[in-house]
Amino acid sequence: MTAPDTVTRAAASPDRPQPYAELGLTGPEYERIRQVLGRRPTDAELALYSVMWSEHCSYKSSKVHLRQFAAKAPPSDALLAGIGANAGVVDIGGGYAVTFKIESHNHPSYVEPHQGAATGVGGIVRDILAMGARPVAVMDSLRFGPAGAGDTRRVLSGVVSGISFYGNCLGLPNIGGELAFDACYAGNPLVNALCVGVMRHGDLKLATADGPGNQVILLGSRTGPDGIGGASVLASATFGGSGDGGHAAKRPSVQVGDPFLEKLLIECCLELYRDGLVAGIQDLGAAGVACATTELAAAGTGGMRVRLDAVPLRDPALGPPEILMSESQERMMAVVEPADVPRFLAVCARWGVQATVIGEVTGTGRLEMTWHGDTVVDIPPGTAADECPVYSRPLARPAWQDKLAADDPAALPRPSGASGLRATLLSLLGSPGLADKTWVTEQYDRYVRGDTVLAMPEDGGLLRVDDETGLGVALATDGNGRYALLDPYAGAQLALSEAYRNVAATGARPLAVTNCMNFGSPEDPAVMWQFAEAVRGLADGCAVLGVPVTGGNVSFYNQTGAAAIQPTPVIGVLGVHEDVRRRLSIGFAADGARIVLLGRTEPEFGGSAWAQVVHGHLGGRPPRVDFGAERALARVLADAAGSGAACAAHDLSDGGLGVALAESCLRGGLGCRVTLPGDAFTFLFSESAGRAIVAVRPGAETEFEQICAAHGVPAAAIGAVGGHRLEVADAFTISLVELAEVHRGALPAIFG
Amino acid sequence: MSARIGVITFPGSLDEGEAARAVRRAGGEPVALWHGERDLRGADAVILPGGFSYGDYLRCGAIARFSPVMAEVAAAARAGLPVLGICNGFQILCEAHLLPGALTRNAGLHFVSRDLRLRVENVRTPWTRAYAAGQEITVPLKSGEGAYAADAGTLAALESGGQVVVRYLGNPNGSARDIAGVSNEAGNVVGLMPHPEYATSELTGPGADGLGFFSSVVCVLMGA
Repeated sequence: MTAPDTVTRAAASPDRPQPYAELGLTGPEYERIRQVLGRRPTDAELALYSVMWSEHCSYKSSKVHLRQFAAKAPPSDALLAGIGANAGVVDIGGGYAVTFKIESHNHPSYVEPHQGAATGVGGIVRDILAMGARPVAVMDSLRFGPAGAGDTRRVLSGVVSGISFYGNCLGLPNIGGELAFDACYAGNPLVNALCVGVMRHGDLKLATADGPGNQVILLGSRTGPDGIGGASVLASATFGGSGDGGHAAKRPSVQVGDPFLEKLLIECCLELYRDGLVAGIQDLGAAGVACATTELAAAGTGGMRVRLDAVPLRDPALGPPEILMSESQERMMAVVEPADVPRFLAVCARWGVQATVIGEVTGTGRLEMTWHGDTVVDIPPGTAADECPVYSRPLARPAWQDKLAADDPAALPRPSGASGLRATLLSLLGSPGLADKTWVTEQYDRYVRGDTVLAMPEDGGLLRVDDETGLGVALATDGNGRYALLDPYAGAQLALSEAYRNVAATGARPLAVTNCMNFGSPEDPAVMWQFAEAVRGLADGCAVLGVPVTGGNVSFYNQTGAAAIQPTPVIGVLGVHEDVRRRLSIGFAADGARIVLLGRTEPEFGGSAWAQVVHGHLGGRPPRVDFGAERALARVLADAAGSGAACAAHDLSDGGLGVALAESCLRGGLGCRVTLPGDAFTFLFSESAGRAIVAVRPGAETEFEQICAAHGVPAAAIGAVGGHRLEVADAFTISLVELAEVHRGALPAIFG
Repeated sequence: MSARIGVITFPGSLDEGEAARAVRRAGGEPVALWHGERDLRGADAVILPGGFSYGDYLRCGAIARFSPVMAEVAAAARAGLPVLGICNGFQILCEAHLLPGALTRNAGLHFVSRDLRLRVENVRTPWTRAYAAGQEITVPLKSGEGAYAADAGTLAALESGGQVVVRYLGNPNGSARDIAGVSNEAGNVVGLMPHPEYATSELTGPGADGLGFFSSVVCVLMGA
């Protein structure tokens, strides 16, 4: 091992060339670092700035747009911690708070699907744990290339097995999410993982390092050479002569997860919180020790001294830059008062979790790191954590946008006659994006912890939080890249509308929003325009709906060569359920219940499942957004759940009413007979927003009508639950057996 | 007084909370037991819950069987203490040779989480007395290594000795003879892969068919 680059050496060799470009820094960014430090950075400092100023950690291209989430945030007394914390924290009453967040792990999941997806779950769970909450459930929003493509089989099977392996072993129920297919994701799948945690109000933990003298403790896994593709650049470029450069460069850049260790880490941290032994805490994710130390120091009194040689290593060949950049999983960093250190270490020992004091909080305002006595980092931590250069990247509405909008699906041939409508419905139900997802969800444990009230294929996941009162939380994630391609502003709002509606369909009241913005390269003005429009749409939508954005994640560079994915804002909505015993399922299970269609149906087919599945078409305008209608619909659903007037509810989205009726029949095991109140094709397949179907409890018909009238929601009684067939008057009949064969057989036929 | 039923927590146990809830729903008093202590805290019966003890490293249940508490469990089980192993707990009991056979990788190689119909074959054990012979129940299964395997002689002995306690109606994982759960010769030690503790409430499970496992042992212990 060669001697490390120290601060003294850096001052003495100002002109030594440094591989800043290989680490992803621009010339001006490198100059800025030199300016801040008044000298060239050491190798360790260069590594630290390069990861902290990466797009992933710094949000340097998105920050100027994301500010709208705070600026336009609706007044909400439910928010205990918002954007900027590891995850937003929402008051749900009864002394409880919940914290939730969604995050992408797209690129690693393409390179190594199983570990990429597994560590995506692990990372978001630690975010939630770091807030002081017990993680209680996960969800996954997944997008892949065409279902029939060979590589999709590799990627999807690996991603699902990774989520199953990690989440099941952690003991977190998987309660829902999404699965979609489109050619644009073939070389760039989307794997967005959401976690939700529960705590009592007083338990909120903050990621700050306050109080000079407090000890900094690293706990969990030893640090190894995981995910340090960048550091190997440094190794080969500047540690020349060691002969290790070539070896290091061949190391995998995807991290490997150990869910057993994470489970121990969770229980250990919760016991440390309970015993009051933690003054501040931060999870280690992207940029590992570099990120945790700079952010803790920058958010606290500003100073920290760290002995990098004290970090327990899995590979003794690692030097300061690699240790700083390593993304080894299952690690946390805690700030602990000196008197509490022995008890802290004892709790860790009881859980078999390795814990090591690696430094202390100081009052110097500097983040200093030593390596066997030599100073290798000496920086003002705020410059790395918060003062990355911010870019207003050029944006331009793509030239093809108008042409795409003009390509109206109204011109597409529609099915003629009863048999055509029947065949169309069956082809939608058997298409991979709309087919039954059991092949995937059966690999996830939805029961563990015993509080899962609703899980897939329900509209939203629903968890009980309080055994006595029945207080609970509902969650849904939604996104539609097709809508967003046609109009990114509306696309983000439609995703928000759908997630909001899905939460409402369980009988819950929507409270807060998280988001994962999946886009192509921010250096492409067209992509940047899509991103800016989507953020503006979401911020405006949240303001109107009265649900604040509490946090989220931006994933750029989702593209293969020059071809970007469809802009894909994935929106998660969290709601509070006053009494989960009064939840609404999508299933038709009450014989004779009246079926009511809520909302207005217009002939809206732009970006629809029908246009995609039948015609391979994408053009025109997405469905119209109407937040007033969404709010009113949500109130009807909450009131009807609360009073018991409704016994089932299902939101209408992809595929429209026809698909929703079939899903409700199959879920509940009973058929239905409906008469459509207008053009059969439009009513069966339009994707107008702001709609749901409700099965009304027999005897409560008048009460339900009054609830709809009180909120001004159009309600059409279209039929009744019963029998074992889906029967559309004057059109067609399909037996539940045939529906099940088509709907449930599709994915197993493709994936085995 | 009430029936005190121990529920062990191993590192990586996941279902001990719901097992304790099921005990309470059946009228018993759950007693938390810790893997590292050679102490059953006076429990009148013991449940080994599901999960991934020790990360399922080496083999499911292979490390947990050597934990200090298991020495006490083994001795007490041989003396007649009612012991129930669910999922990973079943795997641990097999590894500890308190039950015959072994659990292997599911036939489809995937983790399977599904509500299943089961038939209760033996209602003479302290864990199944509340059921009627041949009663069909719905209970969730959630496991990746749940395929029951044993040599032909052992299987024949299980059948003739009435040690097959529950059987799958529709084999989900390739288990020999559709076996979902077995007992030891004495009948006091029972293990099964499906999770009756998650079928003790209409709200969070497929129904309450699983409650009988817990109410059975409570009845036995209370001398009812």
